[in-house]
Amino acid sequence: MRFHTNSDADVAELLRTVEAPDLGSLFDSIPSGLRLGRDLAIDGPLSELELDRRLRRLAESNRHAGRLPSFLGAGAYHHYIPAIIDHLVLRGEFLTSYTPYQAEFSQGTLQAIFEFQTLICQLTEMEVANASLYDGATALGEAVLMANRVTGRKRVLLSAAIHPHYRAVVRTLVRHVGLEVQEVPRAADGRSDLAELERLLGDDVACVAVQSPNFFGCVEAWSDAVERTQRHGALFVGVVAEGVSLGLLAGPGRFGADLVVGEGQSFGLPVQFGGPYVGLMASRERYLRQLPGRLVGEARDAEGRRGYVLTLSTREQHIRRERATSNICTNQGLCALVATIYLAVVGRQGLRAIARRNLDASAYARRRLSEVAGCSLAFTAPTFNEFVLRLPGPAEAYRRWIGEQGVIAGLPLGRYEPGLEDAMLICATELTRRDDIDRLAAAIETGAQRGVR
Amino acid sequence: MTAPRERGLRERERLLFEVSSPGRRGIDLPPSEYPDAGTGGIDGRHLRAEIDGFPELSEFDVVRHFTRLSRWNYAIDLGLYPLGSCTMKYNPRFNENAARIEGFACSHPLAAEEDAQGTLALIHELERMLAEITGMRAVSLQPPAGASGEQTGVMMMRSLLADRGERRSIVLIPDSAHGTNPASARLCGFGVETVPSGANGRLDVDALRTRLGPDVAGLMLTNPNTLGIFEDRIAEICAWVHEAGGLVYMDGANMNALVGVHRAGDAGVDVMHLNLHKTFSTPHGGGGPGAGAVAVAAALEPYLPVPRVVHENGRYRWQEDRPRSVGRVATFHGHFGMMVRAYAYILALGAPGLRRNTELAVLNSRYLRRRLSDTMSPAYSTPSLHEVVFSDRHLDGTGVTTIDVAKRLMDYGFHAPTVYFPLVVKGAIMIEPTESEGKHELDLFVAAVEAIQREVREEPERVRSSPHTTPIGRLDEAAAARRPVLRWRREEE
Amino acid sequence: MVPESLYYTKDHEWVRLEGGEGVVGITAHAQQELGDIVFVELPEVGRALAGGDEFGTVESVKAVAEVYAPLGGEVVAINQELVESPERCATINSDPYGQGWLIRLRLSAPAEVSGLMTAAQYAQYLAEAKH
Repeated sequence: MRFHTNSDADVAELLRTVEAPDLGSLFDSIPSGLRLGRDLAIDGPLSELELDRRLRRLAESNRHAGRLPSFLGAGAYHHYIPAIIDHLVLRGEFLTSYTPYQAEFSQGTLQAIFEFQTLICQLTEMEVANASLYDGATALGEAVLMANRVTGRKRVLLSAAIHPHYRAVVRTLVRHVGLEVQEVPRAADGRSDLAELERLLGDDVACVAVQSPNFFGCVEAWSDAVERTQRHGALFVGVVAEGVSLGLLAGPGRFGADLVVGEGQSFGLPVQFGGPYVGLMASRERYLRQLPGRLVGEARDAEGRRGYVLTLSTREQHIRRERATSNICTNQGLCALVATIYLAVVGRQGLRAIARRNLDASAYARRRLSEVAGCSLAFTAPTFNEFVLRLPGPAEAYRRWIGEQGVIAGLPLGRYEPGLEDAMLICATELTRRDDIDRLAAAIETGAQRGVR
Repeated sequence: MTAPRERGLRERERLLFEVSSPGRRGIDLPPSEYPDAGTGGIDGRHLRAEIDGFPELSEFDVVRHFTRLSRWNYAIDLGLYPLGSCTMKYNPRFNENAARIEGFACSHPLAAEEDAQGTLALIHELERMLAEITGMRAVSLQPPAGASGEQTGVMMMRSLLADRGERRSIVLIPDSAHGTNPASARLCGFGVETVPSGANGRLDVDALRTRLGPDVAGLMLTNPNTLGIFEDRIAEICAWVHEAGGLVYMDGANMNALVGVHRAGDAGVDVMHLNLHKTFSTPHGGGGPGAGAVAVAAALEPYLPVPRVVHENGRYRWQEDRPRSVGRVATFHGHFGMMVRAYAYILALGAPGLRRNTELAVLNSRYLRRRLSDTMSPAYSTPSLHEVVFSDRHLDGTGVTTIDVAKRLMDYGFHAPTVYFPLVVKGAIMIEPTESEGKHELDLFVAAVEAIQREVREEPERVRSSPHTTPIGRLDEAAAARRPVLRWRREEE
Repeated sequence: MVPESLYYTKDHEWVRLEGGEGVVGITAHAQQELGDIVFVELPEVGRALAGGDEFGTVESVKAVAEVYAPLGGEVVAINQELVESPERCATINSDPYGQGWLIRLRLSAPAEVSGLMTAAQYAQYLAEAKH
C-alpha cells in the first residue's frame, strides 16, 4: 500500500481522536443494506514490477509507429516530440497542480496559459484565443453553439470535407438544442464546393465551417468561403486539424474568419490512441463574452507587479450554471502546456522548417505513389501533408497486405464514403523516411501483381 | 507559529515573447531527403511569409523559462490541497511511465484492429473494472472529461425517454449541486428545477416526491452530496423516481468516499459519470486533461457512445453498428493516455487497496472535521464522509471573509480549501484531505487554521490584506475583467 | 439607509419616478452582494418592457445577476457610459442610486408603482432576509 502515508499506528491514533472503534464504523451513515458485503472482483494488488510487466505485455501486442513506418494521419499526426517536453511537464509543480483558481499560488500555470493564448492568436491570426478545449471535434461543436448564441440563427453549414468524426460530434452536441446541420458537398477537385455553399446560404444560417487542409488533405480557399459566408450575415468558422500546417499556411484570421477551431495534438502530443489532445479556439474580440472555456488575463497586484489570473469566469458553469456558455470546466491544462513548450522550442524558424519538410515529404510521396501502376490521385487540389491515393484494388485489402510487408498503411476511406473503397488517405510528415515511401510503393506494386483484394 | 514553509528563491520571469531574440532557434532538423516542393501548387494568397510575433529562443532559453515558471506554482507534490470535491490525492509516478510505454503512446486511433489489440484490451478491461466498482452494467470511456461524461449521460436519458414516446422536459437538481449539472441538463434541451436540501443537509425527499410527475425526466444528484453527506435514502429515491417514470443520474465526483464500500448501481442509479482525475489518481496538470467515463444500467446500454470495444472469439474489435447510440462525443476514443494511468492505479491497489483508500480518505476527513471544529462550525451536524463543509459563522462580526482566510492560508504554505461552494452554505469552506495525507500534514494544516483564527481576532487587517509572502499579491481581478488583456502584443501594436 | 423617494423590488432594483418616466438601477445591497461590477448588458433604446421582464445583466468578477424592469414601459435612454467604458461600471458600486443608473423608461402604467415596496418596506425586507 505504497500510495498513502498513514501507518497503522497513525490510523489507530486518528480513530481514537474521532472516537470511532474501527474503520468500518466510519461508514455508519451508509445503511447496512447499501454496503457492499464482499471484495470487488478485480485483479491486484500488483507491485510496481508486476504492473510494469503486465502493461508492457499488453503494449507489445500493438503494432505502431514507434517500430514500423506509418502513413496514418486523418486527424492524429506522428511528429517528432522534442526531448525537453517531458522533462518539463513531468515537474511536479506542473503535473500535480490544480486549476489556477488561487492566482497567487499558480503564476507558473497562468503565465504559460497566457503564452499559449498568444501563440494560438499568432498562428491563427485572430484577436483572442481561449485556454483550450478538449479536442478539435468538440471545439467545432462549441463554435457552432457559440455562433447560434451570437446570431440567434439555427441553421449550420458544415463542409462535407471536414473530418467525419468532427461532423459526427457536432451532430451529437447540437441534437437537443434545436439546430439544423446541413453539409456542403465536396467538389470534384477535393475541396468544398463553393457554388453549392452559395446555394445553401440564407439569412437563417448561423455559421459556415470549412476545414483546411481538409480531411482529404486538400488546401481550401479560405478567402472565397469567408467572403460568401459573411455576405449573408453568418459567422465563418475555420477548422484546422493539422496544427503544423499553420507553419506554412496563412491563418484563417487573415481572411476575416470570425472563429477558428482546431486540434493542437501536432504540437508535441503523442498520438496516444486518440487522447488526451488539445482543442484550439480563437475568435474576434467582439465575440469575447460568448467564448466558452477558460481565459487567462493580465492583472496587477497592489504593488503594480504584473501577474495573470483566470478572468471573465462568469461565462463559466461554476457561476453561470444553466446559463453558462458551455458546461466545460477544464482546459486540457498539461496538454496546452506541452503545446506551448513545443511552439516555444521550435519557434518561428522551426515551425516553418517542419511544415516545409512535411510538404516536401508528402509531395515526394504523392508523386512516387501515384506513378505506381494502377494508382492515381483521387483529387487535383493542392495538398499539405496528406493526400488521397486510388489503389489498384480494395483499400482495406491493401492495408492488410501492406501491413504484412512491415509497413503501416494509410487510412482506407471506404467506410466513410461510398465510391472510395479503393481510396487510401496517406500522410507523410517530417518523420517519414524516403526509404519508407519507397517501401510503401514497392508493397503496392507487389500487391497489384498478386491481385490483392 | 511560523509558517512551515520557507520562502523560496523565485526569479521574476518575463514572457516568452520578451525573452525572444531574433535568430535564436531551439531545434534542428536532419538534412532533407526530398526535393524542394516549392509552393506545392498552393495559391500564394494562402501561404504565409512568416509567423508574426512568434518567439525565437534557444533550447536552453525554453528550459530555463519553464523551469522558473514551475517554481511559482503550488502543487500536490509540495503539500496539502484540501479542495473539497477535487480529490487531490497523490499522482503515482508509475502511471506516467505506463502512459509513455511506446506501444501505447504511438498507437494511432485509426489503427487497424489487428494492430491495436493491446490498446483495445486495456480499454475493455478498464471498462469492466469500472462497471464492477460502480455496480453498473456497462461503461464508456469516450467522454474526454467529467462534464462531458455528464452531458453524455443526460443525452442518453433523453434518448431513452424519447424512444419510450415520452415528452419529459424537466430535470430536478438539488440546490447543493455543482454548476456543471444544470449546464449539462440545459445543453441537452432540458429545463432545470431545484430541489431544496433539508435541515440535515440531505435532499428534502418530501419536496422531491411532491415535484415528481409526468413532466420530470429525472433527478441528477451527487452521492455523497457536495456537503460530504451520504444520501441514505438513495434506494427509496431511485424507486420513487422510477415509479414516476423518470431516471436517476448520479454525479460521480465524490466516488472517493464509496469505492469498495457502496455501489450506485446497487441502489438503483440508472447512469453516472466518473472522473478519472479525481478518485482514480490521474494528475490534475494545472487544469487538465481530465477524463470522464459514463456508466449505465442495462436499459441505457444501447445508448452508449459509439464505437464500443467488444471481445469476440479471442479478439478485440470495434462495434460501430449501434443504432440507438447517442453518437460520438470526442474526436476519437477518449483520453486513452489517462485510461492507462487509471488502469495502472486500480491494478496497483486491487480490491483490498481500493477499499483501504476509501476508509483512510474518510478517516482523514473525519479527523479534520473533529480538530477544526474547535475553530469553525460544520455547516451541518449530520455525519460526513470524505469531505466536510464549514460555514463562515466563526468570522461573523470580524470584517474578515472566507476569501481572506483562504488567501492567508497561502502564507502558511497551504492551498485554500474550496470556498463559496456549495451555494447552500453561506461563505462555505469545503475540505477534502484524501487518503494520501499523513497525520503530520493534517496537524500542520489544523495549526495554520487555528493561527489564522487568532489573527482574525487580534490583527484582522493582516488577514484582510493577505497574502503577504506569495510571489505576487492579490491581483485586481475587477480591473482585469473590465479591460481584458488576453494576449501579449508588441509595444507598437 | 435606502433613499426615501425611490421604490424597490424584491430583486433589489430601484426606480425613481420623474413625471411619466422612471429611472432604474440596482440597490446598494445588490452591488455589495455582487462585488466589483465589471460589465453590464443593457437593452436597446426603443425596446418595450413589461413589469418583471428581464432587461439586462450586471456582472461582477464572481457573479452575474439578471436585472428586471420594476415597471412596464419603453426604454428611452440607457447609461451608455457604463457600456462603453467598463471601468465606469465602478460607479454602480460607488453611486448605485445616482451615476450608477442603468435605464430610463417612459412608463406605460405608472400606477403599477403601487405593487412595489417603499423605502421603509424595502429596509424591512432586507432586515428579515438576514435572518
